[in-house]
Amino acid sequence: MAISLKLNGKTNEVEAEPGTPLLWVIRDELNMTGTKFGCGVASCGACTVHLNGEPVRSCQTYIEDVEGAEITTIEAVGENPIGAAVQQAWVELDVVQCGYCQSGQVMSAVGLLSENPRPSAEEIDDYMYGNACRCATYQRIRAGIQRAAEILEA
Amino acid sequence: MTVNTSRRGFLKGAAAAGAVLVVGVRPDGALAASSNPSMLTPFVQIDTNGSVTAIIKHFEMGQGPSTGLTTLIAEEMGLSMDQIGYDFAPSNPQVYNNTLFGPMQGTGGSTAMANSYLQYRQAGAAAREMLLQAAADTWSVDPSTLSIEDGVISGPANAAPLGQFVEAAAALDAPAEPRLKDPSEFRLIGNPGVRRLDSAAKGNGTAMFAMDIRRPNQMVAMIARPEQQRATAISVDASGAEGIKGFINAAILPNQAGVAVFAENTWAAMQARDALSIEWDTSNAETRSSDQIETDIRAALEAEPTFNVNGADVTAVQAAIDGADTVVEETFYFPLLAHAPMEPLNCTIEQTDDGGILLHDGCQIPTIPHGAIAQIFDLAFEKVQIKTVLAGGSFGRRATPSADYQVEAALAFSLTDRSRPVHLVWSREDDLRSGYYRPAFGHKVRVGLNGSGNIVGWEHRVAGQSIMKGTPFESFAVHDGVDHSSIEGTSDSPYQIPGAAFGLTDTEKATSTLWWRAVGHTHTAYVMEVMMDMAAKAAGIDPVEFRLAYLTGDEADQARKAGVLKLAAEKANWGNPAEGRSQGIAVHKSFGSYVAEVVEVSGNADDGIRIEKVTCAVDCGIAVNPDVIKAQMEGGIGYGIGHNMRDKITLTDGVVDQFNFPDYEPLRITDIGEIDVHIVPSAEAPTGVGEPGTPPAAPALANAIAAASDLRVAALPMEDNGVFFA
Repeated sequence: MAISLKLNGKTNEVEAEPGTPLLWVIRDELNMTGTKFGCGVASCGACTVHLNGEPVRSCQTYIEDVEGAEITTIEAVGENPIGAAVQQAWVELDVVQCGYCQSGQVMSAVGLLSENPRPSAEEIDDYMYGNACRCATYQRIRAGIQRAAEILEA
Repeated sequence: MTVNTSRRGFLKGAAAAGAVLVVGVRPDGALAASSNPSMLTPFVQIDTNGSVTAIIKHFEMGQGPSTGLTTLIAEEMGLSMDQIGYDFAPSNPQVYNNTLFGPMQGTGGSTAMANSYLQYRQAGAAAREMLLQAAADTWSVDPSTLSIEDGVISGPANAAPLGQFVEAAAALDAPAEPRLKDPSEFRLIGNPGVRRLDSAAKGNGTAMFAMDIRRPNQMVAMIARPEQQRATAISVDASGAEGIKGFINAAILPNQAGVAVFAENTWAAMQARDALSIEWDTSNAETRSSDQIETDIRAALEAEPTFNVNGADVTAVQAAIDGADTVVEETFYFPLLAHAPMEPLNCTIEQTDDGGILLHDGCQIPTIPHGAIAQIFDLAFEKVQIKTVLAGGSFGRRATPSADYQVEAALAFSLTDRSRPVHLVWSREDDLRSGYYRPAFGHKVRVGLNGSGNIVGWEHRVAGQSIMKGTPFESFAVHDGVDHSSIEGTSDSPYQIPGAAFGLTDTEKATSTLWWRAVGHTHTAYVMEVMMDMAAKAAGIDPVEFRLAYLTGDEADQARKAGVLKLAAEKANWGNPAEGRSQGIAVHKSFGSYVAEVVEVSGNADDGIRIEKVTCAVDCGIAVNPDVIKAQMEGGIGYGIGHNMRDKITLTDGVVDQFNFPDYEPLRITDIGEIDVHIVPSAEAPTGVGEPGTPPAAPALANAIAAASDLRVAALPMEDNGVFFA
């Protein structure tokens, strides 16, 4: 089926079968590789994108359900102030190690700060629970979100 | 990969102009320079525009060598970190070998910094001296009057960017023994302000992992594998996949180990693979269950060990223990564990215009797949190229002695007409179920204490599945029948334990075994440090004081281990946990580095244990990038704790029971609180940091749980013992 996909402010006409996860349309059809495949069962968060501003797992989001929705990926999230602040904090604190999960971490962190500009450590943990990091960079993710909140307040 | 895209542009331009200074070692080990990069594969490459690139011989799985080795070059060349980029080295075991591995290029054993520290500094220093000599010749001054700082060469009467002297320097011979900076002159080495070079790209999605390689007209291949190891594919019926859009075809791999499914994209390959009907020959397939593995190991622990590892008088040791005032005894069991790097295994293979093969891979030991691919395609070694890109974690998994996934890619590619590149992709289920695991091990230890609480005998039996036997590493790691990786951290511990006997028995494998972050230390540290804790409690002596009594020797080995133990205890306020909290401590040497950790928990095993804080002290010699070291300790602690809390791989009739993260649950952000890392100042040569943070973490947690609940976890994972984590 032909689908009109509004992604990062641009409309893309893509051809995909119903039931195709948004993840694979982004990665294999649009060749935008910042969104990662980690588990395929919405259990690691590496594939997180924003759907109308809300973080979703793109591996369990089907293409027929997103027509008309505003989709944002890691490639464009830095264009909004919250995304830019999170990315700046990530660099300041050297949050990353292998980095493979970090697109998803950043997308979830932006989602959190969008609804809660000053989250406590516990609120961060609750919100970020679904984003696994096999390198265990969690302490820096927590600090990075708090640093981004500071940047946004300044 | 060159991270800075503008620098990539510079590189291309400079290469076209042909004026490039490259400095590295010749195959005979001598430093050399050349103006032609194709003649000499270098460690540092300098263009006439002043652009400097460090060529990194180790792969980056997050542990930081791209930042670390670049720091070494920048330090000796007098550059700031924003004046230098990096690129991963091509596969060339003569030039880019790991000097601790012999003629093999590869990363492992936490050796990247240890084997590169002098080599990369020498390359940077040689480049500096040649540039200074060239400037001195140009200005007709003595080179000793010149210095280089932030990329500018200056003397009493002149100053100019180093790029102006690249052509002249390229005509000079490399100095045999360039002067290295004295540590007092270091501006970058040891500077906590030096940041990772890959942070920005990994935070904004532009970092290119193997999974992100997109070659023109590429296909995706996935492999349908048997449920039981060693089953072979007899026939495949792909009719069920015919209607799947993007499906190309399916064929049995030449070694019959599986069926390759080719498709236009990953989703189609996944669906098509599920739709295949495959007939397997299971006559030689693995049928054992993990219960049988455990039974075999526990039985081996009750028998005389095959190998007397430290040549002890076992009868005398047993007699000392039998005659002791108190005997502390425990039997431990460690299950199979998967590595589960965040990026599922994958690589892309293609044919080059000259009929050679090019592999794009987050490649941990390039020499092994390089040779395997040359053999599969019957090509000369030099007709195979490997382009190393970022790896999304490994923890040992990308370093198989069999080059398992690269061989799969090559075999799949050999089924095609080679006109289209093939991207081999594994799913998470493939990753968890495909048979390479931290081996299962058991330990049985008896410790005798006299009336003063001193150890009078320590009988320690180890039984488990050898990693090294039957691999190309056997001659390197197995001596007199003993696979060192099975017992490392026991008989070679810096502890001076009187009357110690260490024995080893190999048991049969039901899966492939593979080094897993910290290898043998993953189980030996647990046993040594839990036994120390149990013995200290039985002796009525503080666990830190008890350990220090066996670290009183004059050797650096004891002093450094005692040093981190005392530092961690001090920083954790050992003995005075916050209200409602309990502490546990462990200390272990691995890969040349010494690490002590104090885990502070709240709650108890019944109501829920929460890991509030981990305090860590590390002595890894000279700390090149202190913040990278801290990050590796943080990550190593999380890796050790997460798996030992709740993970195991089990088999039923040879079939792996786990599928994906829901039943092999990763450590989550909610599982672990603050981690506070302290680095011991040192002038010793740098040693590893990727692995040594892992071994003490689980025993420190186990000792904290014991302090909180009087519950000893001796069979992992902890949750199987009734420990509930809040």
